[in-house]
Amino acid sequence: MKTLVCIKQVPGTTEVKLDENGNLIRSGIDSKMNPYDLYAIESALKIKEQMGGEISVMTMGPPQAKEVIREAYMMGLDKGYLLTDRRFAGADVLATSYTLSQGAYQAGDFDLILCGKQTTDGDTAQVGPEMAEYLGIPHVANVKAIVEVKEKSIILEVEMPTTIQTVEVTYPCLITVEKGIYQPRLPSYRLKKKTKYQEIIELTLDNFKDKNEKRYGLSGSPTQVEEIFPPEQNTTSERWEGEHLGTRLYDQLIDLKFIYKTK
Amino acid sequence: MNFKKIDQKDVDFLTSVVGEERIFTGEGISEDFGRDELVGVNSMPEVLIEPISTEETSKIMKYAYEHNIPVTPRGQGTGLVGASIAIYGGIMMNMSRMNNILELDEENLTVTVEPGLLLMELTKYVESHDLFYPPDPGEKSATLAGNINTNAGGMRAVKYGVTRDYVRGMELVLPNGEIMEVGGKIVKNSSGYGLKDLIVGSEGTLAIVTKATLRLLPLPKKMISLLVPFDKLETAIETVPKIIKSKNVPTAIEYMVKDTIMASEEFLGKDFPDKSSDAYLLLSFDGNSKEEVENAYEVVADICLEAGAIDVLISETQERQESIWSARGAFLEAIKSSTTEMDECDVVVPRNNIAEFVKYSNELKNEFDIRIKSFGHAGDGNLHIYILRDDLPEDIWKDKLDKVFQKLYDRARELKGQVSGEHGIGFAKKSYLEESLSKEAFMIMKGIKSTFDPKGILNPGKIS
Repeated sequence: MKTLVCIKQVPGTTEVKLDENGNLIRSGIDSKMNPYDLYAIESALKIKEQMGGEISVMTMGPPQAKEVIREAYMMGLDKGYLLTDRRFAGADVLATSYTLSQGAYQAGDFDLILCGKQTTDGDTAQVGPEMAEYLGIPHVANVKAIVEVKEKSIILEVEMPTTIQTVEVTYPCLITVEKGIYQPRLPSYRLKKKTKYQEIIELTLDNFKDKNEKRYGLSGSPTQVEEIFPPEQNTTSERWEGEHLGTRLYDQLIDLKFIYKTK
Repeated sequence: MNFKKIDQKDVDFLTSVVGEERIFTGEGISEDFGRDELVGVNSMPEVLIEPISTEETSKIMKYAYEHNIPVTPRGQGTGLVGASIAIYGGIMMNMSRMNNILELDEENLTVTVEPGLLLMELTKYVESHDLFYPPDPGEKSATLAGNINTNAGGMRAVKYGVTRDYVRGMELVLPNGEIMEVGGKIVKNSSGYGLKDLIVGSEGTLAIVTKATLRLLPLPKKMISLLVPFDKLETAIETVPKIIKSKNVPTAIEYMVKDTIMASEEFLGKDFPDKSSDAYLLLSFDGNSKEEVENAYEVVADICLEAGAIDVLISETQERQESIWSARGAFLEAIKSSTTEMDECDVVVPRNNIAEFVKYSNELKNEFDIRIKSFGHAGDGNLHIYILRDDLPEDIWKDKLDKVFQKLYDRARELKGQVSGEHGIGFAKKSYLEESLSKEAFMIMKGIKSTFDPKGILNPGKIS
């Protein structure tokens, strides 16, 4: 089984700052692996425990993004690719997924590609599915459980708004996984020492099949960002004392539409 | 002890001090106030009062003193030894309403708070100012005055010490109702006996804390934890002195075993990141840069591997820290929910004897055929050993518990340890304290008590 996990380095905090153009200021602040990607990595490792094979990991970003590849090595992944090129900079969802699809195409024939459901900085949840479209393979998003891994296909449970769907999809395919699918393992110090000098393969636009610069980075990005801002935080609370609080809470939850009465 | 029973006249006076909203009598007092987290004697106060100022506290205390009525101060009731239970009835003063942060002094690095402020509220507040209050007991919903009165320790004691090291000054109401200040915002003090340090850990028997000025540190910018799996507990614990000897001091060194982790997983409904091994050490490091923290932890990680650790797992992001520390924080509750009743032993032994003591407590499990769970602060020698009743009938349970406790406390004494590392004596551990202290020390303690409280009305029946 040849598996690829796509990961991203994101700001280590939710208190992001923006520059005058409304872009995220990434320098000078801590970064970490996108938390959703940890679930993708753990899923890949669980599949490998059963099926054997090799897990590659890929990220796009500046040279410091190697840090997340190193972290993936410390969690037990086998081979790392960094897509890095000044011409990739300023990419929106479309250009990012195209770049990743080119990278995946270049890195080899994967049976299964795993992504986190979304990132904590972009929050679009579109890169995975778009990447699959570019690669011309089926994709399943919001996977909450892996039911069975078979030789030629995989059975998945998908979180839908009000239902859970069970689907079987044949390889090659791409899936994006939900938070909580498995508890991600912690990076290992033994693996840190062992993989300290392990190679990270760097790919640039020159390595890609499609060398048309207009499809990458800023020039390949039709999205215009008008404004980015952290969501409003609401910390107001009410304190109730007295009797029949259970009934009151029940009524309130219905009023606020958190729960519904069924007939 | 011959205390006055409360009558309507007393209630009328107390009502005139606090108004009708903040006084409760008889059936109006919730039964929660008759117990704490562990000790269930169900002894109820006759009157429960919720003062909101030092003046009110002083007036009530003065009245109680004049009329020989016992007074039990109380915070959130999260204690484990019955120190906040009104075993002689009388007045209980619930200090929880006095929960304001009064002043943050960034020039002196102190914060002044009221007694009922919760530890978790203080932590949140100071950290939002890039400051750090290091004492970190597991129970974050305890009040600061509760922490002060037990000299609470917690996980970070290995590097930063305990609550006593962070109390600079206090405003107190004495048993006769007089208001007194001890210490202040000062860093040094050689002016007579250290009354402030005597009040810290006095379990509400000497004075009521109505204000506390606490020392703060700059908030370390980086914190990471290492979860270190071992194939058996002995190997894990024997590694601790080697870590301490290395002089790269972690902020915390905790030990835990698989079944405690599993109990916690079940209790929280959350998975722990690793449960493949039987025993773990959990280490924490802090510092101001990634490099500084990495340099410190790598030395220690290598020591662990040499000592037989299976691996060293690294937790450096908020999500990972939460997945580990939320489980650690729930150990007590998880163990409690796995049985019908339990009691605990909170001894502290010199750090190089901790392996010996843990081994001994495991032997008792077989000798007495009873479930014993333990986890604790391996780095500072403070153990939390829980003896579980499960389905034992009352008489057999009491008998086994007494015998196991006696053995544990005897062994701790042989190893030059003390009865309580951080939970205090209350009334549950009184007999063990008396056994462990010299006659002279015990008499001096009694003398101190009678100097502060000649009528013995403040939190009677506790400690000595």
